[in-house]
Amino acid sequence: MILLGELSLWVALLMAAWAATAGFAGAYTHRGELIASAQRALYAMCGFVVLAAIGIWTALLKSDFSLAFVASYTSANLPAIYKFTAFWGGQAGSLLFWVLILSIYSAIAVFTGRRSNHALMPWVVPTLAVIALFFTLTIVFGANPYERLGWIPADGRGMNPQLQNPGMAFHPPNLYLGYIATSIPFAYAIAALITRRLDNEWLTSVRRWVLVSWFFNTVGIVAGMWWAYVELGWGGYWAWDPVENASFLPWLVNTAFLHSIMVQEKRGMLRKWNVTLVVSAFLLSILGTFITRSGVISSVHAFAQSSVGYWFLGFLLLSIGAAAWLVTTRLDDLRTQAELESMVSREASFLFNNLLLVGIAFSVLWGTLFPILSEAVTKTKITVGPPFFNQVNVPLGLALLALTGIGPLIAWRRASVANLKRQFTGPVVIGLVTGMLLVALGMRDVYAVIAYTLAGFVLGTIAQEFYKGTRARHRMYDENYAMAFLRLVGRNRRRYGGYIVHVGVVVLFAAFAGLAFKEEFDVTLKGGEKYQAADPYGNEWSFTSQGVSAYEQLNRQTTAVLLEARRNGKPAGVIRTEKRQYVDSNGNPTFQPSTEVGILSGLRQDVYVVLAGVTGEDTAELRVTFNPLVWWVWYGGMIMAVGGLIVMWPQAERRKKQAGYEAVLEPATVGAGGPAES
Amino acid sequence: MKARTKFLIGGALVLATSGYLMATSIEETGTYYLTPTELATRIQKDSSFYGTGVKVGARVVPGSIVRAPGGRSMEFEVTDGAKTFPVSYHGIAPDTFTDGVDVVVEGRMDRNGTFAATTVLAKCASRYENAPEKYQDTPGYKSATNPTATT
Repeated sequence: MILLGELSLWVALLMAAWAATAGFAGAYTHRGELIASAQRALYAMCGFVVLAAIGIWTALLKSDFSLAFVASYTSANLPAIYKFTAFWGGQAGSLLFWVLILSIYSAIAVFTGRRSNHALMPWVVPTLAVIALFFTLTIVFGANPYERLGWIPADGRGMNPQLQNPGMAFHPPNLYLGYIATSIPFAYAIAALITRRLDNEWLTSVRRWVLVSWFFNTVGIVAGMWWAYVELGWGGYWAWDPVENASFLPWLVNTAFLHSIMVQEKRGMLRKWNVTLVVSAFLLSILGTFITRSGVISSVHAFAQSSVGYWFLGFLLLSIGAAAWLVTTRLDDLRTQAELESMVSREASFLFNNLLLVGIAFSVLWGTLFPILSEAVTKTKITVGPPFFNQVNVPLGLALLALTGIGPLIAWRRASVANLKRQFTGPVVIGLVTGMLLVALGMRDVYAVIAYTLAGFVLGTIAQEFYKGTRARHRMYDENYAMAFLRLVGRNRRRYGGYIVHVGVVVLFAAFAGLAFKEEFDVTLKGGEKYQAADPYGNEWSFTSQGVSAYEQLNRQTTAVLLEARRNGKPAGVIRTEKRQYVDSNGNPTFQPSTEVGILSGLRQDVYVVLAGVTGEDTAELRVTFNPLVWWVWYGGMIMAVGGLIVMWPQAERRKKQAGYEAVLEPATVGAGGPAES
Repeated sequence: MKARTKFLIGGALVLATSGYLMATSIEETGTYYLTPTELATRIQKDSSFYGTGVKVGARVVPGSIVRAPGGRSMEFEVTDGAKTFPVSYHGIAPDTFTDGVDVVVEGRMDRNGTFAATTVLAKCASRYENAPEKYQDTPGYKSATNPTATT
């Protein structure tokens, strides 16, 4: 199987090369048989890449340490699930994983789009093939997971303890699925630019793929936050690390696109902008990979500082050049079909939304690349940390949150005063009441109060939309409210799924704002001793140490401390925190000791306990943190994912056109088109 | 005024605001990222560099780590090959912190020549590399059948 896999990798390389060559030649000369041959080569490439991946998985699961990759990242006593996930735990395997996803995506995109995008497909296929070819070349000549050691070690080095977490099964694959999905819209954009077929039709497929990318990117980022939070023990979930930023950048651009595409669909505006966004999302994904793999920017996500990074830099520059040339030579085909009519309109609010999203993306990119840029200009490396990103992005993010409430409710073209009053009176009142209530309760953090005021406002707008829509269905079709609600969402998935995503965004913002109230204590406890502290809500907590215990378990030696927690005198649960020393099959220690955080989660806050160390027999040195509202980050992420799924779910054509009903359920368009009242 | 013009003005305002935010934040929060040698040179040139917040990227000198009981503070030495200086740190070190790893320490150089670190970031050098000859010296990698092993 391993030999077969290795062979398959080479065949896949040839297939990619042929799909690219034949594809471009065929598309250029309009020769049908070449075009068809390139398509078949792309499918075949997918098959061979799958075989190559199965080969590596087999080697990992069978612990075949003759492969350097297997010996470097796993050991014989590693639980099977982590042998499986080790596939993307190291450089060479993760690149193969990348090609695997890209090939499967490409095959799906070509198969599903071969009829509906007949004219573009001849160019889409070779573009995708070039991307696949680049990655396969990088694997075969730069970082090959099939590389032999030359000798067979008795055991492998084992997996880094921090990677031995369920997060490993969710975070990297989802991020990759998100990153790589940007390739398909990119290929469509290139094809549309080359053929100058830049009407709205190519955007339908593109929008679907951007949604796929957005969905997985969202899940991947939130899973990564969760992982960092439960595993790394510093008490936070986002540190503005360069690699985190790299995953955030395509997300921002994709989000911008998913909004601006609506403006193009409805009004024929923003065509250059949208092509640019699609291309940028892909380029940022490649940039992210470059940052991760090259080590040019120091990050905790330390892949080897290898030459592979520079392959990516070359590919990135090439892609930028090609895309820039195509866009600039096609500007005439991308002329706008309409003019902005009023600043008080949905178009304008979407434009500002895009401006903010891209502004945030730019500042994140700037801050991430600043060490390199400053070194190039002043010969001194200057880094910026979380304070920079927070100072810039908190105000921009809050403005964006406000637009989340305004955008969906304001009328297209030109909103009337009546439209504004009808849509916004209730939500504005809800927001202000929320804010004032919190100030009255003693909240003094300015940004937090603004955030919760806006959160109340946005939730008000969304609740109002759901209420109006449900009531309309209830009256029109005589359905009960529950049924009316479900059908409302089910038959307008794009719109109401979008609102659900917005609910998730609001929940996330509320959770982020909660961080302002975090409190931290350093605690030393002997067995039986008690520590008392007050949480940000004013509750009295006590933590009693149950003593230190040490024992062996699976592939590790564990030192654990149990704390009995009481809130206001009532039992609140037992918190367990550990130091682990992982060992190999012979019982020799591998890696440094790692920390398992103890977390007592609740809706209001997490009690987060880290074991710093043990002195003497029975004295635990602990750090206890009250982390308000952290759970809402995971909830917010889940809500966004559910909303994303609803939006993506394919909709039967006939249902969309249920007579008379779209017009009724589109209150936001009331007031549009008629004479302006202002 | 046309809506387009208005939007362009609004857009320019948004961009100017974010540009202003970025410029001022970099001024306020940017920190030098230096090697031990660069830090030493700068301090030699300008003694006000003592006490200036900087980040230093260097390698932990193997065997130099002295952890206080309980793991809440420690002292160690860092080097870039040419310059070596001691670092003191109060706080919980990351799991990846150990002998010989690359670290980024953030803090300030005291006049007594000890670097007082407020944060220590450790990169796990052994985590992702896959060149076999490299990891034969890595502590923790002990192989029974490795004919070329030096440990």
